[in-house]
Amino acid sequence: MSQYLLAVNGSAADEAAQSQMTMEEMQPLFEAVERFNERLRAEGAWVFAGGLQPIGSTTTVDHTGGEVIITDGPFAESKEWLGGFWVIEAPDLDAALRWAAEGSKACAGRVEVRPFQDEPEA
Amino acid sequence: MSERDPHEAVERIYREEYGRVVASLVRRFGDIDVAEEAAGEALVVALERWPADGVPPNPGGWLTTTAGNRALDRLRRESRRDAKHQAALMIHDETPHEPTGPVEDDRLRLIFTCCHPALAPEARVALTLRLLGGLTVAEIAQAFLVPETTMAQRITRAKRKIRDAHIPYRVPAADDLTARLGAVLAVVYLVFNEGYLASSGERSIREDLTAEAIRLGRLLRSLLPGEPEVAGLLALMVLTEARRTARVAAGELVPMRDQDRGGWDRELIAEGHDLVRECLAVGRPGQYQLLAAINAVHTDAPDAAATDWRQIAALYDQLYAVAPSPVVALNRAVAVAELDGPAVALAEVDRLDLTAYHAWHATRAELLRRLGRSAEARPAYDAAIAATDNPAERAYLSRRRGSLAP
Repeated sequence: MSQYLLAVNGSAADEAAQSQMTMEEMQPLFEAVERFNERLRAEGAWVFAGGLQPIGSTTTVDHTGGEVIITDGPFAESKEWLGGFWVIEAPDLDAALRWAAEGSKACAGRVEVRPFQDEPEA
Repeated sequence: MSERDPHEAVERIYREEYGRVVASLVRRFGDIDVAEEAAGEALVVALERWPADGVPPNPGGWLTTTAGNRALDRLRRESRRDAKHQAALMIHDETPHEPTGPVEDDRLRLIFTCCHPALAPEARVALTLRLLGGLTVAEIAQAFLVPETTMAQRITRAKRKIRDAHIPYRVPAADDLTARLGAVLAVVYLVFNEGYLASSGERSIREDLTAEAIRLGRLLRSLLPGEPEVAGLLALMVLTEARRTARVAAGELVPMRDQDRGGWDRELIAEGHDLVRECLAVGRPGQYQLLAAINAVHTDAPDAAATDWRQIAALYDQLYAVAPSPVVALNRAVAVAELDGPAVALAEVDRLDLTAYHAWHATRAELLRRLGRSAEARPAYDAAIAATDNPAERAYLSRRRGSLAP
């Protein structure tokens, strides 16, 4: 089994649109994602998942030099950023792609599938 | 090919057997690089022994066994590397063998890996030609007119993705098969067209591509005899290939209506017609079957005047329903010109947004010519000539332009 990151990206437009939605309007989306999460757990594919707060809540920490430098905001400005993700277990890419297709439908967003590095054997 | 040079004979057999040898080694060792290296070592042994001892009765089996032994020797010798290979085992085959499933030929598994939708289309083509076709990286680079280093990087990158993302080495499950088969057939057809429509570049290598595509088509057909689109694609390729030599005369493209039909390959046409009948009888027409059927109607006519244009237009209608594209509509308009006249066809052509496509300009030019509208035909020929690199096509269009009525 291998682990894959299913990443859902967001943009300023997405965040703006979401902030305009009422809780009532968001409800079907939450429910669809929760149903998908339940399926992942039931099939033993679930590792971890979460949605992230808007990009404005980011803090960058840099301790690559002598001192710790803390800055507000992400390291690089970009048009899209990570909005939420799943980490799943799957036997191969085909299985991961099938989960991604379901997840994309559930969260109404494009999903990027990326394999984790294999753990080196002891 | 002259085979006075015994090495040439060995290399020909090696290339024919390469896909089978590598596919079998990939399954056994789970690693494409190990498989390729071992196959290369088996060639060195064959080049030493076969010229002296003669070609063994089952050269494919001999190469697979020899390569397998070499790979084992190497893995044993480099046990540290062996551990590393085990850790990074690149291709997973955890599916239990299903006796009722589709035929599990190793080459079929490998072609589905090479044509996986998670790989870039140009990488699918390159990997398929390298691993199934046994073409060298240099040959593939030459055929696709890119520097060898670029092609080598493309192939290396694709192999790394297969390993890192665990792209599986297996024939897709039945419910995925049709969609995934579409990607495989697209690769084979692209290889064929790259050779057939050779816009420029060195001819001989590119003509090899059509032969390679037909070989892959025959292989797929033998592995998936029940899939009508597989038979359809093979039919389409052989019916197109049958007309190859008649398609160019004295460096100039010859349109089908003017081709010397005596120069068509009757054996390939008979094979294509049999395949078309057989696949259409399944009752699941797809785009390759319909394109093959259109080619069957053309090759059925003893001369251009006897072409059954009504049937061709009907087949294009069916094709448009399956694969709606402006190029299909353009080709349909050519049949309409024969049925309802050039004015009706021109109206249809003018509605299509294909201004970057040389065939759109060429079709307009011919229709305007038939309508006696030379002043408009002239710039249409110019636009067609500007939009193509193919010297034979340019020569033909230039002559047509020059022979317009004033």
